[in-house]
Amino acid sequence: MPTTFYTKEHEFIRVEDGSGMVGITDYAQGQLGDVVFVELPLIGRVVTQGAEAAVVESVKAASGINAPASGEVIEVNNALEETPAIVNEDPLDKGWFFKIRLRDATELDSLMDEDAYQDYVKSLE
Amino acid sequence: MMNRPERLTEGRPTQGRPTQTGEAARSEIDTFTGNRALALEEGLIFEIGRAEVTGVDLDEPAPFTDRLGGLARKAALGLPGLSEPEAMRHYVRLSQKNYSIDAGLYPLGSCTMKHNPRLNEALARLPGFADIHPLQPQSTVQGALELMEELARWLLALTGMEAIAMSPKAGAHGEACGMMAIKAAIAAKGEGATRKIVLVPDSAHGTNPASATRIGFEIRSVPARADGTVDAAEVRRRLGPDVAAIMLTNPNTCGLFEKDIVAIAEVVHEAGAYFYCDGANFNAIMGKARPGDLGVDAMHINLHKTFSTPHGGGGPGAGPVALSAQLAPFAPLPFLRRDDNGLRLIEQASEAPQSIGRMSAFHGQMGMFVRALAYMLSHGADGLRQASEDAVLSANYIRASLADLLSQPFGDKLCMHEALFDDAWLKPTGLTTLDFAKALIDEGYHPMTIYFPLVVHGAMLIEPTESESKASLDLFIATMRDLAFAALRGETERFLAAPFHAPRRRLDETGAARRPILKWTKPVAE
Amino acid sequence: MRYLPLTREDRVDMLARVGVADVEALFADIPADKRLAGDLDLPRRKSEMEVGRLLSNLAAKNVAAGSVPFFVGAGAYKHHVPASVDHLIQRSEFLTSYTPYQAEIAQGTLQYIFEFQTQVAALTAMDAANASMYDGSTAAAEAALMAHRVTGRSKAVLSGGLHPHYAEVVRAASLAGGEAVVSLPPDVFAREDLAATIDSETSCVLVQNPDVFGNLRDLSQLAAICKEKGALLVAVFTEAVSLGLVEPPGAMGADIVVGEGQSIGNALNFGGPYVGLFAAKEKYLRQMPGRLCGQTVDAEGRRSFVLTLSTREQHIRRDRATSNICTNSGLCALAFTIHLSLLGETGLRRLARINHANAVDLADRLAAVNGVEVLTKTFFNEFTIRIPADAAGVVERMAQRGVLGGVPISRLLPGQGLDDLILVASTEINTEADRGALADALQGAF
Repeated sequence: MPTTFYTKEHEFIRVEDGSGMVGITDYAQGQLGDVVFVELPLIGRVVTQGAEAAVVESVKAASGINAPASGEVIEVNNALEETPAIVNEDPLDKGWFFKIRLRDATELDSLMDEDAYQDYVKSLE
Repeated sequence: MMNRPERLTEGRPTQGRPTQTGEAARSEIDTFTGNRALALEEGLIFEIGRAEVTGVDLDEPAPFTDRLGGLARKAALGLPGLSEPEAMRHYVRLSQKNYSIDAGLYPLGSCTMKHNPRLNEALARLPGFADIHPLQPQSTVQGALELMEELARWLLALTGMEAIAMSPKAGAHGEACGMMAIKAAIAAKGEGATRKIVLVPDSAHGTNPASATRIGFEIRSVPARADGTVDAAEVRRRLGPDVAAIMLTNPNTCGLFEKDIVAIAEVVHEAGAYFYCDGANFNAIMGKARPGDLGVDAMHINLHKTFSTPHGGGGPGAGPVALSAQLAPFAPLPFLRRDDNGLRLIEQASEAPQSIGRMSAFHGQMGMFVRALAYMLSHGADGLRQASEDAVLSANYIRASLADLLSQPFGDKLCMHEALFDDAWLKPTGLTTLDFAKALIDEGYHPMTIYFPLVVHGAMLIEPTESESKASLDLFIATMRDLAFAALRGETERFLAAPFHAPRRRLDETGAARRPILKWTKPVAE
Repeated sequence: MRYLPLTREDRVDMLARVGVADVEALFADIPADKRLAGDLDLPRRKSEMEVGRLLSNLAAKNVAAGSVPFFVGAGAYKHHVPASVDHLIQRSEFLTSYTPYQAEIAQGTLQYIFEFQTQVAALTAMDAANASMYDGSTAAAEAALMAHRVTGRSKAVLSGGLHPHYAEVVRAASLAGGEAVVSLPPDVFAREDLAATIDSETSCVLVQNPDVFGNLRDLSQLAAICKEKGALLVAVFTEAVSLGLVEPPGAMGADIVVGEGQSIGNALNFGGPYVGLFAAKEKYLRQMPGRLCGQTVDAEGRRSFVLTLSTREQHIRRDRATSNICTNSGLCALAFTIHLSLLGETGLRRLARINHANAVDLADRLAAVNGVEVLTKTFFNEFTIRIPADAAGVVERMAQRGVLGGVPISRLLPGQGLDDLILVASTEINTEADRGALADALQGAF
């Protein structure tokens, strides 16, 4: 049963069996507007919690996507190259960015769970 | 293709004809051509032209043996040709799809869209300026060098600085040049390894951080006070042995004079750092204050803004950089020197060992130099001061005339040459700054600068310049007020799908970025 | 003042609306002790007639290229530009508009940029071109920086055939940014071994064709070696007309192509404004500097054009932009695209053949002058000669006799033992009589 964690910068990581799938939340895609390009990390790259791992672009903005946790990139969502609009249409599922093998599961303790994140988003509105 | 009347009436009209609009008042009737009278659709040259057509008559050379060494071009280029009438029509039609300062008020904040005198165009085209080569013997271009010297003299008098580097080709190029000089000066003091940080306010033009990073500096931001200006105490807090320079725009991008500027320059210099001033907004202070007196070490001047060499749809510009005595030894090549034989370009590093080197292949934007000097000579010291005063007065007139309806991010107070509003007043309407700007297009205006500076939400930055008559300002103000009232009344349809009357409606920018089509390709036959 | 519409009365009314007593009150934020009290020590305003007279007098002190037999090139070339080009670029809507950020009322500018990009891509045989740079030399510097980003390396190798001023611009920009530059020695005969200089740190090799001495170079082999070693081949040109006759860099395998577009549509202008051309393979698109115009549709489905991929640029990406460039050479690009549209395939090829034919004829005439040796074996419209005298002095003496006979190599490369070389260019503007005059002048000058 996967568990999803969230950052204050609106990235999510869905963790299952020691690996995590990273993307941005529905709130984030709404703020960005139409996504036109996603720059993904290379497979094999080791990303660090809180450091930039990908870039998502709309027409008028480029936003860094930080790794919610540290680890090695094991898979990237190549579908975004051809159809970046999936990030807008289905951010939490088909619109994922990359998957990492977690280096240190305790890093997840610093992230928000589903309820905490929903409260956080409400506080922003 | 064209509709023809059933019968041509020749000679004098012999019967009455309708002289009122009648049914013609209906609009939006589709035409066969897609044209709407004077609004003419126009294809691409690749659709109009043909490879075998040429609009330039040239005779084939007599047979000869080439010396291309087997490197002759093999494949066709795929370039269409147009006869001269076709070319005239194509480009005239394209031109008619553009807004221009000659046609109307162009209140783009930070861009200084002022009148472009045609005398300047004529003089820049004199063969003695336009038809001389940068590498012909210097004895044959003494008049051109004199012109550069005279322009430099004016720029130095206006800025109160020590030296001027003429070769940078635009504002950002000037920024790079100034920051290279600062880097060289720091290296000369043996501090190159430690001074890596450049302080830049968040309100800065994007070119500032881009230029500094390109020269190998790291950016650290400086916050603004609630009044929109930078606090010398905040600057001091960020200074240290690792700081190379501060880059400030003055007047700043919020249209405000940095009133702490002298104190800022002092703390920056005390900390061993340099003060780069972005001179994009120099139009506000010509003859009113000199950057050199304020403690500036380097400042570029956008000749295409302040001194009215035209913007030309995006360029060319010119960005000479005024330098303080400390930075002058590091000025780029080439530069002018006067000796017994007249003026001479110093072109080699051997004669200027501390120079940062070359910014561009030749001596700078001569075509812009001629225009800028003609502009300065025409105004004189008195006219330039008056231009700045009128520019500032006009901006304040607009600001004061809209202050009761629109919201000002830093309160209701005087501005310099541009008036800044935010979108707080639009919030209840559900409309955005973009919607408001697009509605201005339908009213026959180029929109103001929008969403810049980034520190102000939904920014609208209005710079009327000194070129507008009071009647023109009044009509603009009345238009802005009418639109504002409409927005506040909830007449959103006038905004949301605007513009209605421009050559094009809003564009699909998302589609353009997702699937970039950056050149014409021959359609595949079906 | 004829450019200032406000009357004294207007100003009084406006000050009243603003709510201040006088105009000085508007400048109150300038520290009082720094505010200028009176006018600067500069002349007062002048009429159009007076300004015209002053500047015409300065212009008259210069020797215009069109007034003498003229053979100066080395990065800027005198060509005939049709009268319609200058007429069209002076139309208000082109001359006095801003960067086309509001696309709905800037389709004229945007469409010609799209056409310009297509023409540049065709000329260079590359996938994509941008909306222009300042000039060829700054485009070359940008190309090196772009190659660093693409390869993750930071050393540029500069051919000894690269225009020395271009090399200096690349060097200044790279050194300031902390990147390495290796410049090969001047290569008069195009014999250098560039491939041997490429190592695992090399991001790119910048090589010019035709090179600064006039030599034509086949870049295909170098391209293959660059590819093998993971470096990019940056091909540079300073004479755009050559592309009408010479194999284009894209066909020889270049990754990035930069060059000077002044030759087409633009006057000599004593060095500027010119127009930098920049083209690259599509896979490097997102690392390109400068504006790009793309095709799209409007809300009614009509074909339209808009600036696109702007997230590369400084106004959005700020310190992480691909370049700091903002203002480019828009109007010069317009002159370029109009002139090239008038020429078309047929006209450009013919123009290029005339240039080459004139240069071949000139080379033969100069070779016949006693003591002159033509050093360049293959060339387009420019070549290097060796004379038995100091070239700078000879060029100066020829100028005194009313012939602008070329560029002494020592002006570009002083102190390199190349003091007896002159770079000579011949375009379609030179008549047979001009070429004869140069041969005669040369004969008499040493």
